Amino acid sequence: MQKSLTIDPEKCTGCLQCEMACSYQSDGLFNPSKSRIKVFNFHEEGRFVPYTCTQCDEAWCLHACPVDAITLDASTGAKIVNADTCVGCKVCTIACPFGTVNYNSDTGKVAKCDLCAGDPACAKACPTDAITYVDADATGYERMKEWAAKTDAGMTAGA
Amino acid sequence: MAWTKKYLRVNLTEGTIKVEDLNMAWANEYLGQRGLATRYLIDEIDPKCDALSPENKMIMTTGPLTGTMASTGGRYSVVCKSPLTGAVACSNSGGLFGAELKSAGWDMIIFEGKSASPVYLSIQNEKAELLSAEALWGKSVWEADAILHKTHQDPQLKVAAVGRSAEQGCLYAAIVNDMHRAAGRSGVGTVMASKNLKAVVVRGTRGVGNIKDMPRFMDATNAGKAVLAENPVTGQGLPALGTQVLMNVINEVGAMPTRNMRETQFEGAHKIAGEAMLEPRKSDGKPNLTRNGGCFGCTIACGRISTIDRTHFSVQDKPEYWGNSGGLEYEAAWAMGSDCGVDDLDALTYANFLCNEDGMDPISFGATLAAAMEMFEDGDLTTEQTGGMELKFGSAEALCWAAEVVATGEGFGADLGLGSKRLCEKYGRPELSMTVKGQEFPAYDPRGMQGMGLTYATSNRGACHLRSYTVSSEVLGVPVKTDPLETDGKADLVKAFQDATAAVDSAGLCIFTTFAWSMEDIAPQVDAACEGEWSVEKMLEVGERVWQLERQFNQAAGIGGDQDTLPKRLLTEGAGSGPAQGKVAELDKMLPQYYELRGWNTDGSMTDATRQKWNLPA
Repeated sequence: MQKSLTIDPEKCTGCLQCEMACSYQSDGLFNPSKSRIKVFNFHEEGRFVPYTCTQCDEAWCLHACPVDAITLDASTGAKIVNADTCVGCKVCTIACPFGTVNYNSDTGKVAKCDLCAGDPACAKACPTDAITYVDADATGYERMKEWAAKTDAGMTAGA
Repeated sequence: MAWTKKYLRVNLTEGTIKVEDLNMAWANEYLGQRGLATRYLIDEIDPKCDALSPENKMIMTTGPLTGTMASTGGRYSVVCKSPLTGAVACSNSGGLFGAELKSAGWDMIIFEGKSASPVYLSIQNEKAELLSAEALWGKSVWEADAILHKTHQDPQLKVAAVGRSAEQGCLYAAIVNDMHRAAGRSGVGTVMASKNLKAVVVRGTRGVGNIKDMPRFMDATNAGKAVLAENPVTGQGLPALGTQVLMNVINEVGAMPTRNMRETQFEGAHKIAGEAMLEPRKSDGKPNLTRNGGCFGCTIACGRISTIDRTHFSVQDKPEYWGNSGGLEYEAAWAMGSDCGVDDLDALTYANFLCNEDGMDPISFGATLAAAMEMFEDGDLTTEQTGGMELKFGSAEALCWAAEVVATGEGFGADLGLGSKRLCEKYGRPELSMTVKGQEFPAYDPRGMQGMGLTYATSNRGACHLRSYTVSSEVLGVPVKTDPLETDGKADLVKAFQDATAAVDSAGLCIFTTFAWSMEDIAPQVDAACEGEWSVEKMLEVGERVWQLERQFNQAAGIGGDQDTLPKRLLTEGAGSGPAQGKVAELDKMLPQYYELRGWNTDGSMTDATRQKWNLPA
């Protein structure tokens, strides 16, 4: 079964545990500025929104790379940057419509979410389940279930 | 190492910035943040100096766990001599600023001297520079924040700044970071402004590493997070209702200071409580609370994010206040609410926004206004002094107006900015100031909670709940339930809480964790991160040493045992209603025993033996 990261911004408190977990997983220290997942704070609206790569099937970053440094991990569906091959040309950062591939000036390479080989650290660190790693074919399952529960309640009340 | 072992020394008089190595012998004795910075302060300034003179120094400081994955590990503190109390000031804040400073590679920043013209400090990792703040002076924190983000063209810049109140000399001005988190108490913002320092902006991309034993640290912090999640206070109460979970509870136990502490219960408490913030309003069907928010790394997330009803008189013609911002915490809701007799939730939220926007401590602001209201009702103050405003208890209009004039320092706002002690002295009613060592009380009436009376009287930064939160034991039963009306055993309880809190503050963690965590949960996290051995015993030893050091500072500043007292009202006028009816704060039953436990003389002065025991500077 392929899994997918699912984000529910309503549950996010902006604590940045996910950003720390991501940077720890890839770099061994706590460094939100190098995280592949970012939490955006829409202050006026009172909303926090985590955002990261959705692992497009038709991955433009992968197609755009002139040195084939981005490859598919068939087991997870993740598009992986091979740092040894990457030449830091940044074409993938332009190709990605969502901005989730970014250049790291310290390493001279690009970095993006690789789903931590199927065990994403961000989802494990999230204290509110705003980020979960679930069946890719049923990312709407929990939301459907919530609505299903409400439908039930309505019927009971009406009966 | 958890510590970066480096700090910045910024001399504002000379305009120089130096990198210095952290004194690791002191770090071993004082851990970090509150304790370690106080050790630097007592070494570097004359405790008798004028707090608003260039001789005072201001230290912005992180703890060893700041910027790590430990839950709540994002705190920083500001340490200096307080202009409000003359005692040591240490004000703690969350948000993102502290972790960013650490991630830039700095344990702390020591500011000394005074700049000839307004400046701000800009830090981009190793690069630190003083830049002109001429364009920022006279602006609110929120305006300055917007200008700085635009100037630096960096949306991820973290900003800590002072507002107009600090520039105007308000003695309880705060330093506000990330728009609505504040190093709030004791006038640390006033000290910052006195140095012509408007803001500190930081961008740190180096990360925080060098943890002593990373796998053990991850295990210890994960175990800690599980404890917080499972505890009813930190796992449910605080995320759902914030600190405002306390409003109805404290009112019921009869310890809700009301109308300048004339009464101990507020009839309007339910209208301004955390529960009321969830009620949909008539105008737009939305509740006051939009959602909860967490500071850096915090898995509790007690923060309130709120809106004001757009049809409310305070903002109906001010669309700039229609968006979300930091909502009411219990202390702000109490001080501006029940202590002023105001039960209008939107007026309180508006005044709270202004406290964030222009950097005022809402506790001291509310309590000072409450004293002014009592003097107004008694005829000591009239509309002649206030410029026409009727300062009556219960007036939401007066509250909103007062926040506006203190923010700018206009007219009577300058008087209100003096704080309750100086204001009451100025108008001939010193007995109406509900303060200890010149700092206003927080939201627990010691007549209904005896441990808090001893807490306030002996707090090293003047009246404060964050130095020994015996409410935890006396009301919530954590770690053990004690009778709030009883004085027996309270000296031990207060000392234990004071020591533990000082250790938690010095680690870079939030004391709200201690609703769930004991030192048995905290010490393993510190020990896994920091070189050396950090057992439960060592942590408590650090806590007590920090407490003794702060006391030593105050004694050297001329603040002795004679100031370990409470206002006459609390010592002689019995509570009028509730479980504590007829009860006064029985400080005299607790204080001698407390002094003995501390190893001080019967007049509260430090003994040589105690000074030597804790290796305190002479």
